[in-house]
Amino acid sequence: MGVEGDLFHEPSGEVGRLLPRSAGDAVAAASRRSNVVMSARWATNVNGWLLLLPSAVLLVTFTHYPAVATFIGSFFSTPKGARPAVFVGLDNYQAMIEDPIFWQALHNNIIYAVSTIPLTIVLALFMAVAVNAKLVGRSFMRLAFFTPTVLPMIAVANIWLFFYSPGYGLVDQVFSVFGVPAHNWLGDEHTALACLIVVAVWKDAGFFMIFYLAALQQISPNLSEAAALEGASRWYFFRRVTFPLLMPTTLFVLINAIINSFRLIDHIVVMTRGGPNNTTALLLYYIYEVGFKFWDTAFAATLTVVLLVLLAAMALGQFIFLDRRIHYQ
Amino acid sequence: MKWLSSLVGMAILALASTAMAADVELSFYYPVAVGGPITKTIDGYAADFEKENPGIKIKAIYAGTYQDTLVKALTAFKSGEPPDVAVLLSTDMFTLIDEDAVMPFDPLLQSDADKAWAKSFYPAFMENSQTGGKTWGIPFQRSTIVMYWNKDAFKAAGLNPDKAPDNWDELVAYGQKLTKRDGSNVSQWGVEIPSTGFPYWLFQGLTTANGVRLMNDAGTETYFDKATVIEALQYWVDLSRKEKIQPTGTIEWGTTPKDFFERKTAIMWTTTGNLTNVKANAPFPFGVAMLPEHNGRGSPTGGGNFYLFKKMTAEKSAAAIKFVKWMTTPERAADWGIKTGYVAVRPDAWDTPALKQYVADFPAAAVARDQLKYAVAELSTHDNQRVTKALNDGLQAALNGTKTPEQAMKDAQQEATRILRSYK
Repeated sequence: MGVEGDLFHEPSGEVGRLLPRSAGDAVAAASRRSNVVMSARWATNVNGWLLLLPSAVLLVTFTHYPAVATFIGSFFSTPKGARPAVFVGLDNYQAMIEDPIFWQALHNNIIYAVSTIPLTIVLALFMAVAVNAKLVGRSFMRLAFFTPTVLPMIAVANIWLFFYSPGYGLVDQVFSVFGVPAHNWLGDEHTALACLIVVAVWKDAGFFMIFYLAALQQISPNLSEAAALEGASRWYFFRRVTFPLLMPTTLFVLINAIINSFRLIDHIVVMTRGGPNNTTALLLYYIYEVGFKFWDTAFAATLTVVLLVLLAAMALGQFIFLDRRIHYQ
Repeated sequence: MKWLSSLVGMAILALASTAMAADVELSFYYPVAVGGPITKTIDGYAADFEKENPGIKIKAIYAGTYQDTLVKALTAFKSGEPPDVAVLLSTDMFTLIDEDAVMPFDPLLQSDADKAWAKSFYPAFMENSQTGGKTWGIPFQRSTIVMYWNKDAFKAAGLNPDKAPDNWDELVAYGQKLTKRDGSNVSQWGVEIPSTGFPYWLFQGLTTANGVRLMNDAGTETYFDKATVIEALQYWVDLSRKEKIQPTGTIEWGTTPKDFFERKTAIMWTTTGNLTNVKANAPFPFGVAMLPEHNGRGSPTGGGNFYLFKKMTAEKSAAAIKFVKWMTTPERAADWGIKTGYVAVRPDAWDTPALKQYVADFPAAAVARDQLKYAVAELSTHDNQRVTKALNDGLQAALNGTKTPEQAMKDAQQEATRILRSYK
């Protein structure tokens, strides 16, 4: 029977062998040519590995090797000119703990993540439900919600830079209708980070909406009809049926939102460059600054290790704890 | 078969001749995004140079912003394939020296004519190009800060539209007349001095006028906590918080020209490099003036220099110096200045017919040149970006009111001293 399993589950280049699908045929064929199968299985393995090779090479070259090299690099000093890198143990980590800007960047990033993630998800879900209903101009609404996603982040940031301009910017013009005085949104330490959070939410919500919309369309209309017959309110139906059915999508969206909140910094480069006085410096932006402005590559590697560990811990946590509570169909 | 052998012969000949013609190829990193008028100008220069100097090919590589170009050039250097020639910020001199990436021009300039050429540039531009008795950069696209004012706004406020504020007190007095308030809202500010990205550069326009320098020539010491520096910062902060003629908080560098065009501010400080932009977009008559004086006058210089990278063969470095000289002849410096708005880098360029004509038609173009005699080096030290960041953070904290000017500059100085301790 083991042979039968092999024939069924292993892909093979030899199409003819897969054709006798019934168990009897397969066993008969296998016993007749067992030695051929042995070498065929070896060929299958090689074939499989060869198919995997291109992506494996790419992954190792651009993901795994750099991660390992970064980890090793964080224990060495930065080579400068004629001075080669030397092993310094935990010196870089010590310097990092003493660096107030690192702590501020981490603090900023946590605020940024904790605000953008729930806001984006709630907004995406709300928009998806809205454009899933039978409305006039539904396609137009979908397009409108999705547009921010299509624009490159650099373009978005440049547009928002002018939205936030004190006085004549869109934000101030709208507020002036209600008699709110002009405000220097990006130039004030108290509002700059919030302004960037708004941009991120605006940019990502439309993207996540698409996933929710796709998931909503998969939900059978029978359920809502049955619920309507039972007299369930729409909110009750959403809370007890729709939302649980959307949980796999929510997990996917959540992971992406978390990664984005640590990964997307294009708008910071355009809008504030981490200022005023580091109030909008996120971790990755600070890594860029240390690595490619200060050329302190070892210290940048140390900061990167922290970022990697943070992200890995969060991804693991999500897969282990959240996954158990999610109902897959 | 005779045709075959003659064909082979021709092919060998062709190969040999291309090999001979392409014996020196110089890679040239230039900080601009691909496309646009500047790329075309540089391509045109490279083509003309190749025509006049057969045997040398220029491979121009357009690498984005100054910051991107530095990143690309240094990364290429570290991976063993450095550029031969590059235009990079003059303030990156110490960074490039510390990385052991560039070589001085001096060993390549042996003849008297060569030595005279090295002295033909404005001394203010050479301050950021020389250290330790050696010349590491040759000025190419350089700028200073100037003051632009809206003549209509001056007229409306009852001021002489043809006279800019000439000193700090006048700037405040004019600013108070120019600031238009209705209730708690301000529809037009008196002045904007931008403070994002590189606030230290604009701050130098104030410290220089207050007669103080921010660092020593060796780039190993800074003087951020001197009383005169704190005084200059106090003045900047007061423009917003005491006199209320400038918006509070930091002012975005990128949108300042737009504020000016939209009449949100009557006066702005920005680079001479914006001259062509303002000329094209200001919907009102405008003037250009030197920065106002206090205990003196002055502005920092800015912009990019030519650098020669190490690891070049003697043949290549000879070609490279030829190229740099060719790019900085008076005629070309004049042409480059007219096309871009940068200050032509040598006095004799201003005597060329082309530039004379241009200045006669557009006198504002000469303001930056006249200001050069008061100009000082842009802040540049070892570990430059870290030190300037310490100062930038302090300036932004003071402008935001989270620190007093005194506290902000003391903290910045302490941080700079810590960073520079290993270069003493």
